Formats: sequence, structure tokens, C-alpha cells
Amino acid sequence: MKKKMNGYLMAGLIITGVLLLMTLIGAFYTPYDPTVMSAREKFNAPSFAHLFGTDNFGRDIFSRVLKGSGTTVFIALSTVVIGAVIGTAVGAVTGYFGGFIDEVLMRMNDALTAFPSILLALVVISILGPGSRFNLILALGIVFIPGFARVTRTAFASLRDRNYVESARLMGASSARIMLIHMLPNIFSVLFPALTIGFNNAVLAEASMSFLGIGVTPPDASLGYMLSEAQGMIVAAPWYAISTGLMIILLVFGAGLIGEGLQRSGNSTEL
Amino acid sequence: MLRGSSRQYAADVVPEAYCYMRSTVRRVLMLLATMIIVSFLTYAAFELISGDPAEAMLGTQATPARIAALRRELGLDAPFPVRYIRWLLGFFSGDLGVSYSYKQPVGELIAPKLEVTLCLCLLSFVIITLISIPLGVLSYQQVVGRFGWIHTTLNQLLMAVPAFFTGILISWGFGIVLRAFTPGDFPDLHMDPAGAFRHLLFAAVCIAIPRTAMTVRMMRSTVISEMEKDYVQTAISRGNDRQGVLLGHVLKNSLVPAVTFLAQTMAEIVAGGIVVEQVFGIPGLGRLLVASISNRDYPVVQAIVVILAFWVVLAGLAADLINQCIDPRLRLGGGS
Repeated sequence: MKKKMNGYLMAGLIITGVLLLMTLIGAFYTPYDPTVMSAREKFNAPSFAHLFGTDNFGRDIFSRVLKGSGTTVFIALSTVVIGAVIGTAVGAVTGYFGGFIDEVLMRMNDALTAFPSILLALVVISILGPGSRFNLILALGIVFIPGFARVTRTAFASLRDRNYVESARLMGASSARIMLIHMLPNIFSVLFPALTIGFNNAVLAEASMSFLGIGVTPPDASLGYMLSEAQGMIVAAPWYAISTGLMIILLVFGAGLIGEGLQRSGNSTEL
Repeated sequence: MLRGSSRQYAADVVPEAYCYMRSTVRRVLMLLATMIIVSFLTYAAFELISGDPAEAMLGTQATPARIAALRRELGLDAPFPVRYIRWLLGFFSGDLGVSYSYKQPVGELIAPKLEVTLCLCLLSFVIITLISIPLGVLSYQQVVGRFGWIHTTLNQLLMAVPAFFTGILISWGFGIVLRAFTPGDFPDLHMDPAGAFRHLLFAAVCIAIPRTAMTVRMMRSTVISEMEKDYVQTAISRGNDRQGVLLGHVLKNSLVPAVTFLAQTMAEIVAGGIVVEQVFGIPGLGRLLVASISNRDYPVVQAIVVILAFWVVLAGLAADLINQCIDPRLRLGGGS
């Protein structure tokens, strides 16, 4: 894959880098304790003391947004890792070997895509039991497996008959080695954009689920949960909803730009 | 469904109609298979976890004899495959079981909410289609130009806006400040269709924004790759008007992937609807679903999940049939 920098990739990396740095710092240090309430500082508008203002309990929203995005990013990344690792493994095996297993797994994949992602996540979470961070990660991870499997299956199937794969096979390399060492690096150009899209979907799915009250539950706060809190005080503290929503948008926007940039540097013929 | 050209030659009519029939039948059979898998997965999943509904309904104080009696009454003593087939037959005859928490037939509970959700989904779908197809074709010219990056960036930004965030802002701006509608107070669909429509329209716009951006993007890249094809280059080099080629040939060829994409969008609209109903307080399937998951009211969850999945599968079938009308090659190729 040609590594060519372009504006989208650069902008996306900067936005995502800054946000990830902020959430990383937020995991260890926040200006205020995000859960400490202060009766005297209810519904303060944004100021230098409270960058994003305060909520109905007088909690500092900037600190809450930092902590909340930490939760959201953590869940999204874990989800993508689960989905990508298992999905790629499934895609590699089915794409490389083909045959009966391939048919069965792909038919199941087709059936699973009939469920909208959030619907499927809702089913899994109602089976696992709502309200826990771990169950949410597991539910979303399972939901993202078919997508990764589909993308990587196509890539592995198209590489199966290449000469370098053939010669590795002739030299006696095991199937596992061929798939991991020889083929996997060659599907990165497909996998990386899929990872950014997966991250985006995971952020949005986590936010939706927590917004609905079946994702993370207090005292654990994520961006989605905070938005559902913020909706109740939209008149008294509009800055709460706006800052939380903007954080979600920026996270998704940054990763989206990276995906766009990767796609363009991948095939420079397009545009 | 038959095109004019085939009507002129009697000999052609039979094979083409036959092919169309055959591929349609095959597609419908595949649809039924998918529906059976989907419903089986859903049913099995909830059977595995829900434990004993009889115990759940009677509470912890019930005697074993009463539980056994209720189990017989509910048909729970039958083996799993029998129960699944009974449930499936019940599903198609409108008998979806009884809700644990509302003690009401699930069908009665769902029917009015299904109406609302279908209206919301269709409204959102119409908005997306009407805006994104023309915009996608028009923005082709813009993207090739110097300021293409503005379009791409704006597109990415709009794709990042979650429907529930727009929902919160709109219900604040239009609902509370401008009083265009009352959030949380949804007018009855039959008593006040205009009021309900206005309410649904705001929600539908929220779902439509990111989806429209995605469809525009997809439409644009389809048009771009189509414009690079030989037949287009030939037509343009022969002196045909670029605009005319775009609207006369490229648009038609870009419609097949667009229809397929829009059908997939239906799944995302349904997903967006679940969340947006919560924001606007629209009494649809999504809200009932979320409430039922929290209450562990599995018959309701089962029914809603299967209905929504069927809706998405049906949209896929509709897309295939429409594509067969647009592109005759798909008819002859056996609908693949």
C-alpha cells in the first residue's frame, strides 16, 4: 500500500490525535472531579473556570466530557478489536479455503445483515443483560464481526491464487503462516479503512445504546449517557448537550477523514 | 413490467417474462429462507435466556403445581422445535403471544405503534431519496472542480452527526423555542394526521441528515466511475453534450447501485428510528422495544425484532425487483 499523505489524512490524524490525547489525559487528570456536586455552581454558563459550564448538580461539564469520551473511546476501541480480530479470522479462513464452510458462514452473514446493527446489539444485550460496560463491549463486538468478515473474505479470496501465495505453498508453508505472514499485510489497504468505519460505527452505536439507557449506567458515564442527561436540561443548560454532541461529532468526523484519506492514498487513480 | 421493446416481438415475450418470473420466484424463496433463519435465530436466542415464562408470570411464590398448569396452558411443555413452529405460525396469523408486563396480546400492543414507526421510516426514506439522488448527480461536477474538498469535508461532517443529537437540538429549537410542535406529546395518527405528520417530519429529518450525506457520497462515486467508462468517453468524444450523456446514460446506469444502497439504508433508518423515537417521545416500536428490553418482556422484544428484520428484508426484495425493471440484464442473469 502506498503511503501518500494527503490533506484529509493529515486533518483526520490531527483531530483524532488531539481528541485521543485529551481523553488519555482525562483518564488520569481532570480539572475538577467529574462526579463532585456543588450546589452553588448549578447551571453555570461556560466561563474560564468551567470551560463548558456546569450541569444541574454543579458538576464541571468539561471534566465530565473528558471522562465520558474516555469511556466511549475505550468501548469503541475494544469493540473494533473484537470485531476486527474475530471477523478477520473468519474472513481469512472462509476466503482462503472457500468451499462448504464458506457457503454456510456467508449465508449466516447474510441473515445477520437483515438486522440493523443497533437492533442486533439490542438483542445481544438483552440476552447478556443490560447496564454493564463489559456486556456492551461484547454485544457491539459481536455485531461488528460479520462486517469485518465480509470485507476480509473478499480480499483473501482475491489473493488466494496469486503467485506469491502459490510459491509459499509450494515451499511448504503452513496455511496459517501463509494467511498471517504473507496475505494479511496485503489486505491492510482494505482493512484500515474498514477499521476507521468500524470505529465510527462503534462510537455511534455506543452513544445510541447508552442514550437509550441500556449501555453504560451511572456512575460510569459515556458520551451517549451524558447526552440523555443533557436532553433533560436542554433549556437550563444547552451547553451540556452541545459540548457532548460536538465531542461525538468530532470523534466520528476525525476518524471519517482518516478513512477518506486512506482510501484516496490507497488508489490514487480515483479523483 | 414488460418493456415496450419486447412487446413488439411476440417470440421475445415468453422467454423474458419467463426469466423474470423465474428470478422473482427464486428471489422470493431466498427471502423466505432468510426470514426463517432470522426468526429462528431470534426465537432461539430468547428461548435460551428467558428462563421459564411461567415462573416469570407467576412470581416466586407460585407452587410447582400452578407453574406446571400454566406451562401446559401456554404450551411450554412441548419440545423446542414444536414451540418454534407454533410461534412462527402464530406470527403469520397475527397471534404473537401475550406480553409479560402488560398482560395484553402482543399483536394488539404492537399494531398502533407499528403504524407510527412505518410512517416515520417511509417519511425519512422519501426525504433521503428525493434529496440525495439529484444532489449526488449534481455534486459530481462540483467535486471534480477546485473546491471539491469542501464538498468532501462537509459530507464527512454531516455523516458524523448522530440523529439523536440533531433530535435534541431540533426539539429544543423548533419544539421548545419556536413551538412548532410539542416534544413528547405526539398527536394521534388518525385523530390529527397533520399534527402527527409535522411531528414525524422533524424526527425524519434527523434520521435523514447523516444518511443523505452517505447516499450523496455513494451516488457521486458511482457517477464518477461510470463517467470514466468507455461508452461515456466515446459519446463525449463524438461530440455529445456532457450534460446530456450524464442525464441520459450515466444516471440510468447509476440507478441500480443506488437502489441497492437505498434498500440497505432502510436498515439504518430503522436503527435511527429506534433512537429518535426516544428523543421526540414518539410512541413507536423503538420505544416499546427499549422499554421491553428493560422489563425483560421477551415476547414483545421477539415480535418487534422479527418485524423490523422482516421489514429490512422486504426492502431488499423490493430493491431487487426494481433493479430487474431498470436493468434487463439482471432478469436474464437469474437475478444475481
